[in-house]
Amino acid sequence: MAKISWRKVAVAAVMVPALALTACSSGGGRAPEPSTGEGAGAVAATPKIKVALITHAAPGDTFWDTVRKGAEEAAVKDNVDLQYLSDPDGGRQAQLIEQAIDQKVDGIAVTLAKPDALASALKKATAAGIPVVSLNAGEDRFKELGAFTHFGSNEKIAGEAVGEKLAAEGYKHPVCVIQEQGHVGLENRCAGVKEKVPGSEILYVQGTDMTQVESTVTAKLQASKDVDVVIGLGAPFTLTILKSVAGAKSTAKVASFDMNPELAQQIVDGKVLFTVDQQPWLQGYGAIDALWQNTRGGFEIGGGLPVLTGPAIITPDNAAEVLEFAKEGVR
Amino acid sequence: MTHVPVVETSTTGTDQRKVIHIMTNTVLTPPAAPKAADERVASKGAITTLLGRPEFGALVGAVAMFAFFALVAPVFLQPSSFATVLYGSSTIGIMAVGVSLLMIGGEFDLSTGVAVISSALSASLFSWYFGTNVWVGVVLALIVSLAVGFINGWILIKTNLPSFIVTLATFLMLTGLNLGLTRLIGGSVSTPSIADMDGFESAKAVFASSVNIAGVDVKITVFIWIALVAVASWILLRTRVGNWIFAVGGDDKAARAVGVPVVRTKIGLFMGVGFCAWILGMHNLFAFATVQSGEGIGNEFLYIIAAVIGGCLLTGGYGSAVGGAIGAFIFGMANKGIVYAEWNPDWFKFFLGLMLLLATIVNLVVKKRAETK
Repeated sequence: MAKISWRKVAVAAVMVPALALTACSSGGGRAPEPSTGEGAGAVAATPKIKVALITHAAPGDTFWDTVRKGAEEAAVKDNVDLQYLSDPDGGRQAQLIEQAIDQKVDGIAVTLAKPDALASALKKATAAGIPVVSLNAGEDRFKELGAFTHFGSNEKIAGEAVGEKLAAEGYKHPVCVIQEQGHVGLENRCAGVKEKVPGSEILYVQGTDMTQVESTVTAKLQASKDVDVVIGLGAPFTLTILKSVAGAKSTAKVASFDMNPELAQQIVDGKVLFTVDQQPWLQGYGAIDALWQNTRGGFEIGGGLPVLTGPAIITPDNAAEVLEFAKEGVR
Repeated sequence: MTHVPVVETSTTGTDQRKVIHIMTNTVLTPPAAPKAADERVASKGAITTLLGRPEFGALVGAVAMFAFFALVAPVFLQPSSFATVLYGSSTIGIMAVGVSLLMIGGEFDLSTGVAVISSALSASLFSWYFGTNVWVGVVLALIVSLAVGFINGWILIKTNLPSFIVTLATFLMLTGLNLGLTRLIGGSVSTPSIADMDGFESAKAVFASSVNIAGVDVKITVFIWIALVAVASWILLRTRVGNWIFAVGGDDKAARAVGVPVVRTKIGLFMGVGFCAWILGMHNLFAFATVQSGEGIGNEFLYIIAAVIGGCLLTGGYGSAVGGAIGAFIFGMANKGIVYAEWNPDWFKFFLGLMLLLATIVNLVVKKRAETK
């Protein structure tokens, strides 16, 4: 008895989508032929090298998608066999580095979000003669850990840039929305803002649940009527904050960190004041390219100093141009 | 008030302690004049009945917390704030309905947090990739969600493994599928926006709109939540299926012996959880137009916490849908109340854990006292 009804369900499961294909949407959806930015130029004539990019990215974070796209584009151009690995846990990220050493890679690009956890693994890499560059996090520690340079943007400086701009425009009570409690980089951004605008506050939200982000920010706006600007620390969160502001019928403005196409559109439309882009694509591209340069001619870019990829401030004046690249996944 | 047929016949049986025990949980008010002198079906006073309800401890906790936040943060009482609290509660509460029923049925599900996102992703990616009306994706997502529930239940029945292991496995598999398929199909770890596609506006009206009540915008999820709790309570208290759920949760072997379709009930419960995941997934999708594939992880515990605070026993056979709703409401109040009171949120998780512990202890004490009376 029961079996027959399940079979019907199974048939329905196959049939409904099949029939549904005829119910087409008149707008939106996948573009017929997505343009690819990769492999457009000529490939370097150097022999193929193997490079590992090892990050602390949590799975599913759009920011790291862009870093990875930059790295992949550099890899295609430079004839590099790129291996992308990530683990948010410091200890496991160190194990990934050791595995890369075991595989005898020609270069390691690594994020130093938890520098102490990675120190011994990186020492092994240096001992094995593998060139290392760091990216994104760790600009104050890269040298002692054996990386010859660092590609990134200083979170504190980025925060200060936001604070300066807000102060200049007369904002007094920003709320800085942190989507991951205890994340050093995010805390630094808000600390930078606070340095320039002393009246700023921090609000923690649960970044893994957008509905909770929305309702918590709404609650904050209802509780503190003097809030005049809300700062999202990541593009998807800023877009959600826009809904909270509308929902709370608040007059507060919205500013942001980081970038995605929807956010660029909101800036073009004037719904978001500005965003501070640390240009993650450049971090991925730069790190891989620097390793290639190193094997090509022993070059060490940066002269022992970090290479800053940001902060770049995107306002309605330059957002339209950025939007085009954001749609490609480059910005 | 009314009796469920199964209950009536079983009370006349010779030795069906389990089933009679079920009855005492099930019937809201006992018959006015008991025919038999058996103390197991004897009339209880209204207060004893209330104390014996699974959600009683949670209700006390909810009232206390409400009074507390009303005192320390007056803004908490303003209608628009209350609507925000209800919205925050509803997104936990919708899932807590399915999870509570499942827990009464003796199982629990660790895959619920990511299953919500899986549902949203499948609707979004399907409509986007094939350029269909988004309602097609919505229907597909319902099928996917029910299928996930069915697979959970089916593997559980076939393998006899504990639901902890089975659903932990589906949790991990869904997490991987969410990431892998989203990147494969959409080219990025978050889905492309479907806000400009056909059917989006009507779907948004159904799953993610607001209703204006006396000048306050109340999110539609609040009403969906209340409706789901009402339906689940009706199923539990007034239908034969409700008796089956209590029976399989109390002792599935005994339940099978008296003719309860254990397999169908358990699989049905998992599919019920899938249905709730679908509703919440659709809300997520149509409220924000894009979905990040890494979302949802960790929320499964919030749903379980809501059910447990609401008086559902982890061992099954005891609990209520209203209890799960009160549990979700407590969570919503604590979560938003801390913001309204402008406290340091560093301590939030600690208080949540403490609350969970206290609520379960209160439940235990209240239940024991009600039983000994």
